[in-house]
Amino acid sequence: MRLMTVPEAHRAIDAVWRLESARIIAGLARLVNDVGLAEELAQDAQVAALRQWPESGIPPNPGAWLMATARHQAIDRIRRNERLARKVEQLGHQARQQQQSAIFGGQPELDAVIEGEGVADDLLRLMFIACHPVLSTEARAALTLKLLGGLTTGEIARAFLTSEAAIAQRIVRAKRTLAGQQIPFEVPPEPERAARLASVLEVIYLIFNEGYTATAGDDWIRPELCYEALRLGRMLAELSPGEPEVHGLAALMELQASRMRARLGPAGEPIPLLEQNRGAWDQLLIRRGFAALLRAERLGRPPGPYMVQAAIAACHARARSAGDTDWERIVALYELLAALTPTPVVELNRAVAVAMAFGPERGLELTDPLTARPEMRGYHLLPTVRGDLLARLGRHEEARTEFERAASLARNARERAILLGRAAACGPGG
Amino acid sequence: MRFLMTTTAADPPDEKMMAEMDRLVGEMTQKGVLLAAGGLDQVGTRVVSSGGKITVTDGPFTEAKETILSFALVEVRSKEEAIELSRRFWQIAGSGEGQIRQVYGPE
Repeated sequence: MRLMTVPEAHRAIDAVWRLESARIIAGLARLVNDVGLAEELAQDAQVAALRQWPESGIPPNPGAWLMATARHQAIDRIRRNERLARKVEQLGHQARQQQQSAIFGGQPELDAVIEGEGVADDLLRLMFIACHPVLSTEARAALTLKLLGGLTTGEIARAFLTSEAAIAQRIVRAKRTLAGQQIPFEVPPEPERAARLASVLEVIYLIFNEGYTATAGDDWIRPELCYEALRLGRMLAELSPGEPEVHGLAALMELQASRMRARLGPAGEPIPLLEQNRGAWDQLLIRRGFAALLRAERLGRPPGPYMVQAAIAACHARARSAGDTDWERIVALYELLAALTPTPVVELNRAVAVAMAFGPERGLELTDPLTARPEMRGYHLLPTVRGDLLARLGRHEEARTEFERAASLARNARERAILLGRAAACGPGG
Repeated sequence: MRFLMTTTAADPPDEKMMAEMDRLVGEMTQKGVLLAAGGLDQVGTRVVSSGGKITVTDGPFTEAKETILSFALVEVRSKEEAIELSRRFWQIAGSGEGQIRQVYGPE
């Protein structure tokens, strides 16, 4: 085996960790029935790898090596550590036997964990517990990136533009909450399964959106976060192939990510979808998005909101040019989406599609009732859309007022500058 | 980061190897890293463009040592991750040779 320098070994271990840690933590969590402890054990194994691999080289099956090492750590701990001993005590008799045989003597079960049998179920359990509704949304996102993405607290902190200490604390608290409330390591049973799955999807899409339209900071897009979310979404699609919304979300993210490069101008300014250079869209991701959407449709169940949003994104991806867009189909899809999730933002998007399909006047009518909605009061995209439709109707005076209002509400400096430019283009006031 | 991993020489596959390779492909798909993979026809067609003139020659080319046999396009977070994936590939594929190249382009 080739000898490695220490930094080389560290980088290689890091790569193995990112690929394997989710499986190892998931497998250990099933053995010890405690996610926090499982992660500690996995990290101990990583430390052992950092000590041994620079001399011994990477073992032929690094995942199995880490898992076996973690198991030895578990035995050590269970002998010395009261916490784990108590935990074993707390478990029922049957569960105790099962666990002890798994940790001490249960070679077949351990082999199963190492060889990958049941890994899919363990990973799915890990995803459900990391996204448990008992945790705050921020905690769910951080824990998911840590346990399933294999990211360090430092990387998560940089992604969410906060301090490493804050993320570390968030994760510690989350693990304590899960342990304290004795949240079982399981795929939730039927009555609550749908709601729990929705929480998993929400967390993944939140991570994606945090990268896609960075709500804070100077960058408009933080692609690494988008790629992490995509990876999680693809993983979930393989783990839970019978759920249409899982494929719907994967499709939506693939299709949105396909436009990532085209969404930014040379000065870093956002470019609206219809003005983007479609040649810069990533055809590979578009095809993956279509394939995921097809998988969702083939399950033959009524579409959920992610599937419908993916279908809308697919309409744009299919159009060779902005002028080729099938707006009538998009209007129909927005009507479906509005029925599933009746929010003013969906209504606004529907108004835009209606304006494209049937003229600006019809679109504008649909935005009128939205101006009275309190939740839309501070939302800069409503006056942006209205300004745009009014300008197209030749009502420049009113358009300018809307653009100026939109600029006063926009929080992103680049967007504000664009809106003021559009207001000025409507001609002089008075 | 995207990497194109290619093989230019490899042991001929047997049934066991194929089964293990399927398992690896499944695992990499489940991890969300494998975007596309495939084997290439070894005959091929050579296209030479010179001074505005295009010459098309059908294979096979006996001298072509660097012919690509198969490829995998992966999306990973570092070059080390791509190397780790390649290591696993060769554990199954046996002896051979290949390349790992970062792909620039839509990202």
